[in-house]
Amino acid sequence: MEKFISHTGTAIPLRRSNVDTDQIIPAVYLKRVTKSGFEDGLFSAWRSDPEFVLNKAEYAGATVLVAGPDFGTGSSREHAVWALQNYGFKVVLSSRFADIFRGNSQKAGLLTVILPQEVIEELWQVIESDPTTSVTVDLEAKSVRFGSATHPFAIDDYTRWRLMEGLDDIGLTLQKIDEVSAFEAERASFKPKTLPALQ
Amino acid sequence: MQILVPFLGNEEHGGVMGKTLAEKIWADHIVSSAANEPDLLYIDLHLIHEVTSPQAFDGLRLAGRPVRRPDLTIATEDHNVPTLNIDQPIADPVSKLQVDTLRANCKEFGVRIHSLGDSQQGIVHVVGPQLGITQPGMTIVCGDSHTSTHGAFGALAFGIGTSEVEHVLATQTLPLIRPKTMAINVEGTLKAGVTSKDIILAIIAKIGTGGGQGYVLEYRGSAIRALSMEGRMTVCNMSIEAGARAGLIAPDETTFAYVKDKPHAPQGADWDAAVAYWKTLHTDSDATFDKEITINADELEPFVTWGTNPGQGLPLNAVVPNPAEIADAEERGAAERALTYMGLVAGTPLKSITVDTVFLGSCTNGRIEDLRAAAAILKGKKIAPSLRLLVVPGSAKVRLEAEAEGLDQVFLDAGGEWRNAGCSMCLGMNPDQLKPQERAASTSNRNFEGRQGKGGRTHLVSPLVAAATAIRGTLSSPSDL
Repeated sequence: MEKFISHTGTAIPLRRSNVDTDQIIPAVYLKRVTKSGFEDGLFSAWRSDPEFVLNKAEYAGATVLVAGPDFGTGSSREHAVWALQNYGFKVVLSSRFADIFRGNSQKAGLLTVILPQEVIEELWQVIESDPTTSVTVDLEAKSVRFGSATHPFAIDDYTRWRLMEGLDDIGLTLQKIDEVSAFEAERASFKPKTLPALQ
Repeated sequence: MQILVPFLGNEEHGGVMGKTLAEKIWADHIVSSAANEPDLLYIDLHLIHEVTSPQAFDGLRLAGRPVRRPDLTIATEDHNVPTLNIDQPIADPVSKLQVDTLRANCKEFGVRIHSLGDSQQGIVHVVGPQLGITQPGMTIVCGDSHTSTHGAFGALAFGIGTSEVEHVLATQTLPLIRPKTMAINVEGTLKAGVTSKDIILAIIAKIGTGGGQGYVLEYRGSAIRALSMEGRMTVCNMSIEAGARAGLIAPDETTFAYVKDKPHAPQGADWDAAVAYWKTLHTDSDATFDKEITINADELEPFVTWGTNPGQGLPLNAVVPNPAEIADAEERGAAERALTYMGLVAGTPLKSITVDTVFLGSCTNGRIEDLRAAAAILKGKKIAPSLRLLVVPGSAKVRLEAEAEGLDQVFLDAGGEWRNAGCSMCLGMNPDQLKPQERAASTSNRNFEGRQGKGGRTHLVSPLVAAATAIRGTLSSPSDL
């Protein structure tokens, strides 16, 4: 995974709440067996509307998505994270994220930052009045900066460290594999096994 | 299983704090724990399917890693399989490749799979319980958000993304930050015609789609204890629709009786040891939850959603709400957009809404008890002219059971379609989809825009409301017949 220290780019205002994973990428786009090529499915139902914010020329090339509350509700499909990344987004800002979506984003290296709704509203106004506004999301300093404003954000130390180091979660766990084996040796014998298959 | 960890509870009694059910299961699965790090949790069962696993198996291959515990892993084909002509090759080449990829991966890594045509194939959350590999006190994960279904057995069960699927395949563990706990007390007695589906729709309408974020929900109270296992699965299934990754119910005699004769239930001395352990799996009387809410079951009515998220629901006797009367600006905007998408006008009685399709199925309401309940209403009746009734059993086994009881004939005689098992129209990934502007009463779990087909409009309902609606052609409860 690529290290994430800080990112600076322009931002897109997505003034909608409860953007569920079926909106981010509908199920019909989930048939691929790779992690790439999902950008064509991103917000596909809304993309057919020329007025949709992603279709506006002034926001072309933006890498920061500024979304309404409860972004990423619904299914566990990590394809939603891949679709955002494949399209070019590096960061999503919202006042609330669904738990599974946030977990997936942190595993896949898409930074999801929680900011108070007032800050989201402020940022929406700023980027709507000047779409060229540069937004910096600094994971090291735990702050979001635009214009003269600086807003701190919270993130747990472990996730921050892992993202800044670009570390593979599985590799970290495999360092503790002896503890896993020790745990397995103590597991109760009545716990079910799928093999051999009984029907 | 003996590792002691600091408890989350706030109350202290003589130095020993009581624990909630979720905290007990969590504590029993901690492999390692350190300050400022997530706990490393052992996973007892990993369910996989064709959609969220191929990239995870690719990751294993790239790193040269095996599946650590194939004997704690099981696969089925459900999301992307046709429900017609299953004896023929899958027509859509992209879907076929995805299903073939799962089969090849399971063969290469030694994972048990129940493929299309197999008598144990079906929706992953129906298959686990019917095989008896879903048991109390377990940690269960799957790359599917409705894994919360298995919480009905007093298991800590939750959906994961593909990165986590790969992590579990490789290590049989997951690093997780401990969630908070919320008690949802449902006290009282349900009226006739009111079901577990109405309980959970009412809960989601009350706490909202984000109300459970960061929590494990524990459903408690007399109305929950009175539910069958199927009913409990329906409630736990939709925990994620309230924002909670997991929801669970303390196991009791109803649970033990359900598990006892299943193929993978513990046998002999193992059964006795298991039940002794399972009986410890309840929230201690002196434990505290981070949050508690209470619902009065006596007052519940059949529920239906009117909008485009599962929290936008009302009793069936209500009218379409007026967004102008919603104080919160964000909610008001969401309601306005929802009514436009749904093609509804404020003030319209919900019971006057005409429906084109009724979908009976899914991991929420595709079990045998759901089909029996709907068939009891439909027996000897005809569905409304021009309405389409799609009945999709949750598993091949449910289909066979239903056919043995003659339920298939009830649905066919009424004018419905009887299909093979799968997720089907719940998520519209296979050919079972709504057309633009087509309106459905659906026993599934999500009424998101386009969920059941681009432009399709979904009203979430119980199997009883689905059956009554199929007969009358407008949203209806059995008491309207």
